[in-house]
Amino acid sequence: MTRLAAAVPGIQLELVPNGSPGNPASLVVDPAQAVAAAVFLRDDPGLLLDHVSNVTGVDWLDTVLKETTRVKQVIDGVEREVEQTTERRKPGYLEAVYHLFSMARKQGPVVLRQRTANRVDKVHVASLTPVFRGAEFQEREVFDLFGIVFDGHPDLRRLLMWDEFQDHPMRKDYVEPDDYEYEPTPHDEVLDKARRHYPVGATP
Amino acid sequence: MSLLGVGLLKGMVETARNFVGSYHDPSRLTTVQYPEERLAPKENARNFPFLVYDGADSERGLRCVACKICEKECPPQCIYIVLERDAKGKPQKHPKVFDIDISVCMSCQICVEVCPFDAIKMDTEFELSRADRFGGLLLRKPDLAKPNVHYHRLHPTEAAEVDARLAAEQAKAAAKAKPASPPPPKPAAPTIAPAA
Amino acid sequence: MKPELDEDALIGALSTGEVEPEGLVAGPAPALATLPPPRGFELTPKSPAASAADGEVLEVAMGPHHPSTHGVFRMDVVLDGERVLRLKPVFGYLHRNHEKIAERTTYLASMPYTDRLDYFCSLTNNWAYALAVERLAGIGVPERAEYLRVITAELTRLLNHSCLIGFLLHDMGTMGTPLMYAFREREKILDLFEALTGARMMCNYMRFGGCRVDAPAGWLDQVRQVVDDFPRFLEEFENLITTNEILLARSQGVGVLPAALAISASVTGPMLRASGVDYDLRKVDGYGFYPRFEFRVPLGDHGDVYDRYMVRVLEMRESLHILHQALRDIPDGPVLDPKAKLRNFRPKPGEAYGRLEAPKGELGFYLISDGGPNPYRYRVRPPSLINLTILEDMCRGHTVADAVVILGSVDIVLGEVDR
Repeated sequence: MTRLAAAVPGIQLELVPNGSPGNPASLVVDPAQAVAAAVFLRDDPGLLLDHVSNVTGVDWLDTVLKETTRVKQVIDGVEREVEQTTERRKPGYLEAVYHLFSMARKQGPVVLRQRTANRVDKVHVASLTPVFRGAEFQEREVFDLFGIVFDGHPDLRRLLMWDEFQDHPMRKDYVEPDDYEYEPTPHDEVLDKARRHYPVGATP
Repeated sequence: MSLLGVGLLKGMVETARNFVGSYHDPSRLTTVQYPEERLAPKENARNFPFLVYDGADSERGLRCVACKICEKECPPQCIYIVLERDAKGKPQKHPKVFDIDISVCMSCQICVEVCPFDAIKMDTEFELSRADRFGGLLLRKPDLAKPNVHYHRLHPTEAAEVDARLAAEQAKAAAKAKPASPPPPKPAAPTIAPAA
Repeated sequence: MKPELDEDALIGALSTGEVEPEGLVAGPAPALATLPPPRGFELTPKSPAASAADGEVLEVAMGPHHPSTHGVFRMDVVLDGERVLRLKPVFGYLHRNHEKIAERTTYLASMPYTDRLDYFCSLTNNWAYALAVERLAGIGVPERAEYLRVITAELTRLLNHSCLIGFLLHDMGTMGTPLMYAFREREKILDLFEALTGARMMCNYMRFGGCRVDAPAGWLDQVRQVVDDFPRFLEEFENLITTNEILLARSQGVGVLPAALAISASVTGPMLRASGVDYDLRKVDGYGFYPRFEFRVPLGDHGDVYDRYMVRVLEMRESLHILHQALRDIPDGPVLDPKAKLRNFRPKPGEAYGRLEAPKGELGFYLISDGGPNPYRYRVRPPSLINLTILEDMCRGHTVADAVVILGSVDIVLGEVDR
């Protein structure tokens, strides 16, 4: 990690511990330096992490921190619901996770993470497809299902959903549309949903 | 590089050998003429769940106590249970409704594994096509209830273990409650019918 | 072909077979911009426009109902005559958001869903998922269970490779003869699976900390029988096809994948080894009890379709070798860790990535736990999908018929590609 810091000037690194014992901690890298860091990790003779095994996204929701102290000044995004307590929203973020292995040195994994600024409009991270070709489809999938925009990706289109689809289904706050054909089952709520879509008398 | 065509001829010889062998060699004849012929049933085979009852009464003999564990654990959520209550609203340890939608069921056997009362087991019946897609594939409690004998016929080894365990538990419970009383009747020891 | 034939008539004539395909290239090539888009072959608007420099080009959507695509999979190909200029795979016809389903259910309830990923190899899928969860929660596995896992995984490999070779040859036009021979052997292995797990394809056999049930009495002898008989099938298969001149002509030098590109594109499994890269997770990671077994990793030289075929044949022989050792050494004992819990399983917060060498490549599961009964994040690394990254690179310049063979040699199952 220190060598990485030395090799890429101005890099911002953060080591995230892993709560599960025996599993590696991960390295958060700023999207601005992600490509340089990835090139270093790939080409450094001591690492040679040439195999990007897994690329995926993680959606971390906005968390609400409740504070009982009275705050005079208004921080942006303050929501006042109860008189005495102020709730400060800690913005969530989307995260692109890369698992890098080395085929040449048969070692790994190094878990690389890039985080977006928030979940709504600043959802850009750097694409590592120019460095690792194998990230191409997986980054497209993350774009499709999470809505992370990978800057520098050569062909960023939806992978699994159709092109006209609007939302990003793997986000935690995704609400499934109520417009597909339900199979009637004995469960009441499903039957109720189904009744809304079938003509009167068609449902059993 | 060998002579052109030798590889082709070798392949032809192999095809001919397979063709001739398919008349007499059992290892080359893996298919049977269903429905006239059937494969021997396997003991571990599973298809869709059924409910086991002891004794002769398919209603009162049900082992199910409507604890709804299987309903909760079922991955595709195809089980639907309503607990029976008496006139005062006191819950009886008995399911009032027990439905399994086998058009949704994916035969994973998790309901069997999580059931603490050995009440639900896997059937091997597979000829289940129906004209009615929704209602016909929704199995109600009377369709699901099958006697313990049926269970013994399908999975003899497992059923014997279950019976032994249940008998031991009953004996233990009886010994705890009333040490002097004779042990309760064991679940009907069924005659294992030869699998047809 | 008459030059004044307009676009509509051309398409109509093509479908009725009146115009010979050679005529298309022989005609004068108008600039692409002046051509109206071919009717009936409307592509997605975002598909990149073909370059007009190569003369008259035709855009064709192969699939999703094309018999050669092994499922509902579409390739948007841009053709110059019979040559493939560009090829864009289009996925998602079988997409059911497996990951979302798994994030909504408990850890245990995802296990039967993993069967449906690569429905040819449900046992290796089970194992990969169990491996990831065991790594996440730090659960040990009893010895007998590890042996059973190795046995079932290697049987799965035999099954998958023999069928894949059947499919591949079917794609080349052998009209099903090798495929039927492969299915005959698969039948015997599926019978073993049914006797062990209760189901032929959707086995749902592994649990966190072991296997669901022990092998029934006599099952290991049946496996021995199948394993002893299998070499005869391989001999037959090799006699049948390996030196067949048509196979050699169709597969040697077709779809060459250089090793450097294969590594960069994260290609795994037999495809990678056919390109000459020695990377087998059974050796590298040494998961399960694989370090205890002696086996070799077959490697190819050229990275073409023929090498991929041969690597798979040789891998089956090595699998048999592993199976002989495993059947010899398997101990008695429990098959499930007594500490493993079936219900109310809540691993501590953390994350884990478990991967293993599935028959199609590196199958990985990435799990993040937040301490709840459901995984916070559940991700499958599908080898079939990622191996398709370089499909275009392999197919460019080859004919359509070769593209079909190259796709067959990648070995995809759409249940896993689309998830």
